Amino acid sequence: MNQLQNFTKGFFKENPLLILVLGCCPALATTSSAFNGLGMGIATTFVLLGSNTVISLLSDVIPDKVRIPAFIIVIASFVTIVDLVMQAYVPELYETLGIFIPLIVVNCIILGRAEAFASKNSLLSSFIDGLGMGLGFTMALGILGSIREIAGSGALFGYKFINGDGILVFILAPGAFIVLGYMIALINRLRKT
Amino acid sequence: MEYILIIISAVLINNIVLAQFLGICPFLGVSNKVNTALGMAGAVTFVMVLASIVTYLIQVYFLDKLGIGFMQTITFILVIAALVQMVEIILKKISQPLYQALGIYLPLITTNCAVLGVAILIIKKDFNLLEGTVFAAANAIGFGLALVILAGIREQLELVNIPRAMKGVPVSLIVAGILALAFMGFTGIVK
Repeated sequence: MNQLQNFTKGFFKENPLLILVLGCCPALATTSSAFNGLGMGIATTFVLLGSNTVISLLSDVIPDKVRIPAFIIVIASFVTIVDLVMQAYVPELYETLGIFIPLIVVNCIILGRAEAFASKNSLLSSFIDGLGMGLGFTMALGILGSIREIAGSGALFGYKFINGDGILVFILAPGAFIVLGYMIALINRLRKT
Repeated sequence: MEYILIIISAVLINNIVLAQFLGICPFLGVSNKVNTALGMAGAVTFVMVLASIVTYLIQVYFLDKLGIGFMQTITFILVIAALVQMVEIILKKISQPLYQALGIYLPLITTNCAVLGVAILIIKKDFNLLEGTVFAAANAIGFGLALVILAGIREQLELVNIPRAMKGVPVSLIVAGILALAFMGFTGIVK
C-alpha cells in the first residue's frame, strides 16, 4: 500500500466514524455545532498522531503481554497534554467539550489504531495513518455538526443565515442519534451500489 | 430525599446513554438480545460502582493530597483497567456461575467510557463518598435500562422488513434517537 492510499483510507474506505462506527460517544455528544465538532476532531487527531508515533517507535521495546496497558499510558499522557493546552488557550471550547476531553483516552479509534496499525508498521506509515484517520474523523464530526447546526439553529459556524429558530430537536440529544443514523445509512446505500 | 433526587435525575432525566452519550459502544454492540443486554448491564453496574468508590478514594487521599490533580486521567484509566482484571480473576476463583454470566463482558468494560465518565463526573460534581456511590449505582441502572429497552426493540426489529442500508447500526441509532426523545419527557419532574 502506498502512502497516499494509507492517508486517504481514513476519509472514505475506512472512515472511523461512518464505516467502522468507532468513537460514537464524542461524535454524538460534541457535535451540537460545526465548530465544537471540529474542535473535538482536532483534539482527537492530535492525540492519535502522538500516540501512533510514540507507539510505533516503542513497539520493539514494549513486551507483548503488557502492550495494552502500555498503549493506554501513552494515550493518556497525550490526552493530559491536550487537556492542559486546551484549558489554557481555548477555555471556552474546553468548557463546552467538558468531560469528553479526558474521555478521548477511551476513544476506541485511538487504541484500535495503536493495536491494529502503529504497533506493526514503520514510523512514517503510522504517522500518516494517524493523520488520515484523525482528519477523517474530524471531517465526519464537521459534517455531522454542520447538519445539526443548520437544521437546529439555521446557522453555520455561528453565522446565522436563516431567520427564525430552526428545529430545536436537532441540537438536543435525540437529533444527534437520528442524524448519525441517517448518515451511516446513506453511506451504506452509496457503498452497496 | 437528596439521594432520591440523585437517583431519579441520573436514571431518567440525565440518562447516561440517551442524554449524556456515554457508553454508546456497548449500547450499540451488545443490544441484539435482551439476555446479553442484561448480562452487560450487570457487569457494568458491578464495575462502575466499584471503580467509582476506588477512584474517589484515590482522588481525595492521593491526588488532592499531593496536589497532582493533572494526573487524574492517567491514574483513573489505569485503576479501572487494573480493577477490571482483578474482578475477572476474583470472580473466576469464587463464583463460577457469575463468572460465566459476566465473564465475556468484563474485558469490554475497560474501554467503556461510561465507567471513566462517571468516575470523573463524581469528582467534578463535588459529591461525597456516599453520594458518589449512589450516583454511580443510579447511572449504572440508567445504562442498564436504556440497554435493555433498546435490546427489546431490536429483537422485534429483526422480524421487520427494513431497507438493507438501514439494517444494523443505522436503525439502532434512529431507535435510540426516538428513545432519547421519549426520555426527554421526564425533564421537569425534578425541580
